[in-house]
Amino acid sequence: MTAIDTIAIPIADHDVRARPAGLHHDLASIAGRALRAVPRDVEAVVPPVFIALFFFVVNIATLQRLTESTPGFDYTAFQMATAILLGVTGVSRAGALVMDVQDKYFDRLLLTPVRRTAILLGHMAADVAVAAALTVPIIILGLILGVRFQGGPIGIVLFMTIASLWSLAFAGFGYAIALKTGNPAAVQSSFLLFFPFLFLTSSYVPRSQLSGWLDTVAGLNPVTYILDGLRSIVLTDSWQWDQLGKALLAIAVVGTISMAMCFAALRGRTARG
Amino acid sequence: MTRERNGAAVLAEGLRRQFNGTTAVESLDLEITNGEIYGFLGPNGAGKSTTVRMLCTLLAPTGGRATVAGHDIATDPGAVRLRIGAALQDVALDPKQTGTELLRLQGRLYGLSTRAIDRRVQQLADLIDLGDALQQRIATYSGGMRRRLDLAAALVHNPEILFLDEPTTGLDPISRARVWAEVRRLNAELGMTIFLTTQYLEEADELADRVGIIDHGRMVAEGTPADLKRSVGSDLIIARIEGDAAGVAPAIKDIDGVLNVEAHGNELIIATDNGSAAISPVAVALAACEVRVRDLTLRTPTLDDVFLDLTGTRIDHDTEEAS
Repeated sequence: MTAIDTIAIPIADHDVRARPAGLHHDLASIAGRALRAVPRDVEAVVPPVFIALFFFVVNIATLQRLTESTPGFDYTAFQMATAILLGVTGVSRAGALVMDVQDKYFDRLLLTPVRRTAILLGHMAADVAVAAALTVPIIILGLILGVRFQGGPIGIVLFMTIASLWSLAFAGFGYAIALKTGNPAAVQSSFLLFFPFLFLTSSYVPRSQLSGWLDTVAGLNPVTYILDGLRSIVLTDSWQWDQLGKALLAIAVVGTISMAMCFAALRGRTARG
Repeated sequence: MTRERNGAAVLAEGLRRQFNGTTAVESLDLEITNGEIYGFLGPNGAGKSTTVRMLCTLLAPTGGRATVAGHDIATDPGAVRLRIGAALQDVALDPKQTGTELLRLQGRLYGLSTRAIDRRVQQLADLIDLGDALQQRIATYSGGMRRRLDLAAALVHNPEILFLDEPTTGLDPISRARVWAEVRRLNAELGMTIFLTTQYLEEADELADRVGIIDHGRMVAEGTPADLKRSVGSDLIIARIEGDAAGVAPAIKDIDGVLNVEAHGNELIIATDNGSAAISPVAVALAACEVRVRDLTLRTPTLDDVFLDLTGTRIDHDTEEAS
């Protein structure tokens, strides 16, 4: 076999020489592309915020009087955690990734020396930024309605961080479905996975008000602990480290499962088999 | 100054690919030298695209081995990717990006500096002649514009070897001629090795230094277009008759100067060293057989004749594109 001995690039192109860009560079490039696409894909981000704001207002109007019998209970603050999760859950670029597969652009990416993990991680980095941005209008509405955050701005940042991390953990399921099936309809349906998470928990009333079986199921539902963690920031006058810790642990458990699934799907998609 | 032209750009030995027991490519041997334009010719489903996807590292071979730019496609795919560019059969573009955004992202993924990306985008913009459309979203592009942008995306990093998988399928004649001119320029000015698959015989004839003909996953012939055409004779007399041509073939074989006679349906293909001298005796022999001749033509062989001679069928674009 004879390999290429030397390569003499034309003088005009002497510094055009392909090389591995590095993981950070790959991540930034993929994330940058994903973020540029967000304003061109507003139909993917506006409905979740609208739905979250809508149910935030409607749920308060519907259920607030029922909770007034409990002295000092702030139902607006209580509902805010539910609204935030409704707004950020399922927000991901998984739909865009599956379109890349369909449009063959995914092949174009695979032809480059980009690290395969960076394709996924870059999209996820963009997702975290988008999720954080989506929490802003909901938080602003909460502040207008009188919700106060433990620790002020620090509490707001922590609230946004927990919500964004949950969004990322749940997004892993969407990416797994996108890469496994290559089917946009399947990805759109992945939001349905969130329904049991959202309704079999303390979304609308405190857990103490749930009936027997639902309380048991809620105890097994990781969203219960994320809601508790978020609510501890807006309902109490001191840091509830145990509840915040449980919230982060619940996100870690769900995230571990979803990330294992989506990276396995990525390996399958890029296995060249 | 151009790349050196010695050495093998692509070397494959017994390359094979099976899908669930179906063999798409069988024991393929290839040796393509640096600076060569190699045409890989065959009908749809022959195994051309599967071969390209293996050589481009998108698909792992199930047997044999291959090196591209001196690097093994199975064990060192990353090194291969740095050295190749590819425009695959289906354009691989993101319709939500602008043309410029797509080219710049390609440059970043290949590790080019910002300065190099700026210059390459300018050079490629001139090359593909998209004008202000480069600033618009790719979703607004016509099929021809997408093809040209796809080619530019394959060239951003100035690859050593360019794989073009049916690059002109679906293009109008003007766009096709433009792609041909660009392929020639890339090869002549940069010494770029070009592996070109096509189902258009004239494209392989026009562009390729050498042609490999693949059918049902197997290489059935390889050589320069001139050598391949010479293999079926200097001249061809084509006779279309009413009725089955096989019945009259024996009467033609005995004519002086006739090298070979093949009957395909109602068509006789008569290979001869001197068509001008043989055409009259052929006409007389056909008349003696009492068959009605619809037309009788004399021409030089094409790659289609080579393909027909080797496989017994023609490459029928209308049928393939419809399917």
